[in-house]
Amino acid sequence: MKKLLIALVALVPTLAVAAGGGAPLDKANIDLNDTESLQRGLELFQENCAGCHSTQYQRYGRVAEDLNIPIDEMRAKYLPEGAKIGELMENAIPDADAAKWFGAAPPDLTLVARVRGEDWIYSYLHGFYKDESRPFGVNNTIFPMVGMPHVLEDLQGLPVKQEDGTIVASGGALSAEEYDQVVRDITGFLVYSGDPIKLERERLGWWVLGFLFIFFIVAYLLKKEYWKDVH
Amino acid sequence: MVKNIVSWIDERIPMTATYNRHVGQYATPSNFNFWYFFGSLAMLVLVNQLLTGIWLTMNYVPTAEGAFASIEYIMRDVEYGWLLRYMHSTGASAFFVVIYLHMFRGLIYGSYQKPRELLWLFGMLIFLVLMAEAFMGYLLPWGQMSYWGAQVIISLFGAIPVIGDDLTLWIRGDFVVSGATLNRFFALHVIALPLVLVVLVFLHLIALHEVGSNNPDGIEIKKNKDENGWPKDGIPFHPYYTVKDIMGVAGFLIVFCYVLFFMPEGGGYFLEKPNFEAANPMKTPEHIAPVWYFTPFYAILRAIPDKLMGVIGMGLAIGVLFILPWLDRCNVKSIRYRSLTHKLNISQFAVSFLVLGYLGAVPATPALTIAARIFTITYFGFFLFLWIYSKNEKTKPVPERLTH
Amino acid sequence: MSNAPVDTGRRRFLTAATAVVGGAGAAAVAVPFIKSWNPSAKAKAAGAPVEVNISKVEPGQLIRVEWRGKPVWVVRRTQEILDGLPAIDGQLRDPDSVEPQQPAYAQNTVRSIKAEFFIAVGLCTHLGCSPTYLPDTFGEQVEGVASGFFCPCHGSKFDMAGRVFQGVPAPLNLVIPPHQYLDDSTVLIGVDKGAA
Repeated sequence: MKKLLIALVALVPTLAVAAGGGAPLDKANIDLNDTESLQRGLELFQENCAGCHSTQYQRYGRVAEDLNIPIDEMRAKYLPEGAKIGELMENAIPDADAAKWFGAAPPDLTLVARVRGEDWIYSYLHGFYKDESRPFGVNNTIFPMVGMPHVLEDLQGLPVKQEDGTIVASGGALSAEEYDQVVRDITGFLVYSGDPIKLERERLGWWVLGFLFIFFIVAYLLKKEYWKDVH
Repeated sequence: MVKNIVSWIDERIPMTATYNRHVGQYATPSNFNFWYFFGSLAMLVLVNQLLTGIWLTMNYVPTAEGAFASIEYIMRDVEYGWLLRYMHSTGASAFFVVIYLHMFRGLIYGSYQKPRELLWLFGMLIFLVLMAEAFMGYLLPWGQMSYWGAQVIISLFGAIPVIGDDLTLWIRGDFVVSGATLNRFFALHVIALPLVLVVLVFLHLIALHEVGSNNPDGIEIKKNKDENGWPKDGIPFHPYYTVKDIMGVAGFLIVFCYVLFFMPEGGGYFLEKPNFEAANPMKTPEHIAPVWYFTPFYAILRAIPDKLMGVIGMGLAIGVLFILPWLDRCNVKSIRYRSLTHKLNISQFAVSFLVLGYLGAVPATPALTIAARIFTITYFGFFLFLWIYSKNEKTKPVPERLTH
Repeated sequence: MSNAPVDTGRRRFLTAATAVVGGAGAAAVAVPFIKSWNPSAKAKAAGAPVEVNISKVEPGQLIRVEWRGKPVWVVRRTQEILDGLPAIDGQLRDPDSVEPQQPAYAQNTVRSIKAEFFIAVGLCTHLGCSPTYLPDTFGEQVEGVASGFFCPCHGSKFDMAGRVFQGVPAPLNLVIPPHQYLDDSTVLIGVDKGAA
């Protein structure tokens, strides 16, 4: 019987490995505790992405609170005219117009990190390269036939795909390392947006596990005490 | 005072008598092992699902337009909504983990054999209703996997000759999965099926307490009674198994809460990644897989290269479990005293089930499809072999009393 | 069953310990269920303080704004109305606003921060109907008082400071919501000064 159990347990990692697959992605290495990075990520996102992509399931006030941004600063920098701090971040262009301009409405990105994963976003923003055959003059290694322009081109410079498949950019405002950090900041913000409760959840989780451990010990001692009758 | 109240009630309904019959004086074999935790744990998870489910309906919006956003509303805007939702989603997977282990326990110790056939049948009905409940619940978040999973599973009914197409149309209430489908699934998921489930669980328990629990030795403890009519190998359920089950609950909760608080997506198996994208009837996700607890049966469906036969094969994979009590013709229950053939057969069955579960979760390739076919055969082979060898099985002598 | 002697003390202690720890756990589990009934972030956003521009309100005019789903009145009172308020003290239940129906800064004879502007939640303290503003015809309800509020549901009457008259079903004066002046022409309803 024990052998069978061991066999069952041994199969579990096989299952876990099967979850991966797909194109090789670069590691994003984001840190949700790095509030400054998340703040920069919010700023970069609002400047470069929010014109087309909403993050419509989260609210300005909550983001400000979670990212340690004073309400007044949040209001001044990011709130559209007439919007309230408690409103959802629905500041993107209307879907119908977007569909006309891009062929498809740019997706909402609140949950993109949970759909694609952080490494995917990080690699995607590194994956643009010059391709004149595409409507916006760029293609993407991670998302072939991508339907959007390379919005961060001013920062990265025009990326050109080399013979060996690597991408080299030149003429941008940032060095390669600075660009990595910019992309990491944006990725971090999107990971936060996808699961804003994560840090709080894990903090609470340790307390819950600690409590259950104590409960288990007490219950175990109680069981042992009563079962003295039987054994 | 308390005594007076109790006797006042007892004169009107049999409270104390019922308590004694089912808890205080319920004779339970004294040799339950690890495998016997999962019944009470299934009950715990059921209560968790009912409570968190009721609370989720308080903020969930069952419309095609509002469903997806209302989940995010619960996850972000409702105080502790995320916890209630994760308790429910993690609970769904935990339910199947616990139920599969509970069923496997029944399998290895012959708990389905005479006189527990009806107990097993009620259990199988619970399993069936639970699968329907889980399937319908999975549509409610209205994500991509919800939508396309439902689309695929409902289309299975289209394989039925003559009435198939009309039947799928009737189930969906529309030409594709739509708000109409969502609404009826919601009604069934939150009201109809939970009611059926609770009634079946009640019947399962009544059946259990009528015949008494089986045990790892597969001996009927009722056959050996002392002068007071109490089974010599029996101990009262309370306090012995109440304290043991409390310990089991604590242990289970440690694992459950670890998943809940630190990996609520269960590595993409409990909450699938594409389901964080709202349902889009125009675009199918690259790789559709049902939630992990359906994958063994899904693998069997995919393995058979014919639509109707695939559906029948999948139905049979579940249906054959119903007649297990009559397929096993051996009169020794526990695996401990059965033949090596039986031990090997159960082992290969467990392996087949797990491998099929894995194969159902990954994209099909030609090699994997062949593997799925082999394991589909071994899955059904278990039942066929069992029926053949159990008639004249060479068993070991079964002891008179429990061995511990 | 073995017949070893039972340590009842230990048994009792462990039973109690398990009950206490388990009970604490059950209580903790109840917390998310109870807290989820609090107003959500959406409800709170909808109930956020409201800014009202009062520069265009004519003397004697009442404007309504919605705050937390309730009607809030802003009435610009004339000097004549203000002068008339003390005269009717004798006919009121709570002329000095002793009951805590208003923030401390509105606990005065005119029940407002600026005497000219009366700001109140327009819901009767009886059963929550919204009283009607009678700027000229209130005399039909209370002789000698030109203007006031009359509740159509059960006939409760309030004066131009929202104070309830005697002999009507409503027990208390109208509620004055927390509010503050951001400048001369803007009032923020829903939050006290210093709290924002």
